[in-house]
Amino acid sequence: MVPLSYYLIVSGVLFGIGVIGVLVRREAVIIFLSIELMLSAVNLSLVAFSRFSGSLDGQALALLVMAVAAGEAAVGLAIMISLFRNKGTLDIDEINLLKG
Amino acid sequence: MTSSFVILSAAKNLKKEIVLTMSIIITLIPLFPMLGALINGLFGNLLNRRLVGRIACGSVALSFIFSIVAFVRLLGLPHELRSFTINLYPWFSGVGDFNVPVGFLLDPLSCVMVLVVSGVGFLIHVYSIGYMREDPSYPRYFAYLNLFMFSMLILVLANNFLLMFVGWEAVGLCSYLLIGFWYEKKKASDAGKKAFIVNRIGDFGFILGILLIFVTFGTLNFDEVFRKSGELLINGGIIPTLITLLLFVGATGKSAQIPLYTWLPDAMEGPTPVSALIHAATMVTAGVYMVARTHVLFLLAPISMNVVVIIGLATAIYAASIGLVQNDIKRVLAYSTISQLGYMFLAVGLGAFSNGIFHLMTHAFFKALLFLGAGSVIHSLGGEQDMRKMGGLKKHMPVTYWTFVIAALAISGIIPFAGFFSKDAILFSAWEEGNPIIWALAVTAAFMTAFYIFRLVFLTFMGKPRVEPHALHHLHESPRIMTVPLIVLAGLSTIGGFVGISVIKGGNIFGSFLEGVFGGHHVEEVSHISLSFELLMMLFCMAVSAAGIGLAYLMYVKRPDLPGKVAWTFKAIYNILFNKYYVDELYDKLFVKPAWFGSLFLWKGVDVRVIDGAVNGVGNSAMGIGKALRTLQSGYTRRYAVYMVLGTVLIIGWIIWFR
Repeated sequence: MVPLSYYLIVSGVLFGIGVIGVLVRREAVIIFLSIELMLSAVNLSLVAFSRFSGSLDGQALALLVMAVAAGEAAVGLAIMISLFRNKGTLDIDEINLLKG
Repeated sequence: MTSSFVILSAAKNLKKEIVLTMSIIITLIPLFPMLGALINGLFGNLLNRRLVGRIACGSVALSFIFSIVAFVRLLGLPHELRSFTINLYPWFSGVGDFNVPVGFLLDPLSCVMVLVVSGVGFLIHVYSIGYMREDPSYPRYFAYLNLFMFSMLILVLANNFLLMFVGWEAVGLCSYLLIGFWYEKKKASDAGKKAFIVNRIGDFGFILGILLIFVTFGTLNFDEVFRKSGELLINGGIIPTLITLLLFVGATGKSAQIPLYTWLPDAMEGPTPVSALIHAATMVTAGVYMVARTHVLFLLAPISMNVVVIIGLATAIYAASIGLVQNDIKRVLAYSTISQLGYMFLAVGLGAFSNGIFHLMTHAFFKALLFLGAGSVIHSLGGEQDMRKMGGLKKHMPVTYWTFVIAALAISGIIPFAGFFSKDAILFSAWEEGNPIIWALAVTAAFMTAFYIFRLVFLTFMGKPRVEPHALHHLHESPRIMTVPLIVLAGLSTIGGFVGISVIKGGNIFGSFLEGVFGGHHVEEVSHISLSFELLMMLFCMAVSAAGIGLAYLMYVKRPDLPGKVAWTFKAIYNILFNKYYVDELYDKLFVKPAWFGSLFLWKGVDVRVIDGAVNGVGNSAMGIGKALRTLQSGYTRRYAVYMVLGTVLIIGWIIWFR
């Protein structure tokens, strides 16, 4: 059986990729996808912990995360369409209305 | 003090109805001017001018009528019953021992004051209708004037020190408002402020005196204080001396005595009827009234009495000497008022209280007349007050001239005019109660008085006209509404003195009327001075006054070149007198300038630096912090993400390594 640490390493690597994606990319859709990747990484670790501890709490939590992610995807994409219609771009460096 | 309308009276055995009607009459006296002030003050601008004038005069006329009714009723009673106290309602009660009612006291002394105030006040109200005819703030003027009458009547009718103080302050307020009536003139509003501030110094003394009275007696009621004073105070002790000196400080402020007299000459910036009413006939005499009212305390403090004599005498001479050389017609009269008030204080300081009040009354007649006459002249010359630009007005304004001459004769003390009797009474008490030096100085002041007042008459009405050409052709006698009060006052100045002929036994009706108040220890007392000597002294005093008039005639009518020569010969003295002994400048250096610099320091140093600094510092630091923090909000979403990640890492790191 694959030990828990492997799952966690994969989860950590995926999460790291997600973080770096958010930090370095300027395209809003890509950032969005990176966030999804981070959520999936977290789901992976949750399911892994659940499997190894024998409690179902982790899996229930993963399902909840998926539901939230779906909602987030709906709202996020809607925002992005609206942004694109108004600004003609999805480069988040251009979207700086709240600059102090 | 359970019911709200408690009537007390010394006359317990009087019929209830008499006491009740009397108290209604007394209450009505100050009520009418108050209503007049309210109506004119609130709705004056909506009413037409005739109505405003009628309300103002009518209210004072009603007060005067009720005063006469009260006076007649008082006369109808035996001596010992001539005192009514009414407590309208308890003002302070149940605050420990501190019980002060709003109550009135009518006795011969306050009755005389009420008659003078409302009578002279009524004439001046009527005169004002003519004098202020063209003024745009007509209703405001009459509202203030009525408010003044109300306050003054409260002052003289009050039956306790605190209510008297209320009236005292309220007349000060009205004086301030009316001096600065033409507030668009800087000089007028400055003069108003000066009067208010100088009076405040005196009032401070007064209120300290009141506090000391309360601490000593536990009450502020006149009757109770005077009743208890015999047992609680030691004759000549420190407490009565202190109380009376503090009260006298108040009197020097209100009655313009040395050292607090400087406001009165400046107060002449107000309309002339105001000068006549407030700064000659009524308000400035409040100090004399107060000393007379509290004579029981003053008699227990010989030192204070001496102070009153010295201050009064010094002021009488000092102000008269300044009056000799002033060129502004109203200022001469202002210094004359100060000097005559000094005379009154001299009298009350000598213990001749009824003589002081007698002079107060005659002075109210002739000084109001002098001021109103001067107002008539100023009115006709279109606002000119410099006597060097008058002269020869006799044929243009005969009524003003003749009434003015009567007033001048009265103030000089020429028989049979009113001032003769009252001044003679004071001089006589100076001889009898004081000593020959006091008498000689008082006679000197009388000589100067006669000189400066006739200098004023001659410069204004006689000689060649020196009127500016543009004012010359509309010279006119004042309208009837102004001359009639002049004539009435001239009548009073002529016959007003006959109520107090002290030479003939029983001739001093005035003195015996006041006997009940002052105990009569000096009235009708057969003095050790023989009648012939008294008559001789009278003649001498009149001769001195006549000499003053003669000298003025010589200098200003016969030889108009003389005054210039005299002034040139005694240049130093002339300059000192002309510049009023430089007292204004001295006060300016001693008190005004330090206060000014102190205020400047408090403003620029304390207020701007410390207080504003602290307030602005709080704001500035908030702004600085905000400025620093706003750089965090760069508008780059990815930078926010970095902050988030860094924050998360820091928190996780802290959890891992430090928990």
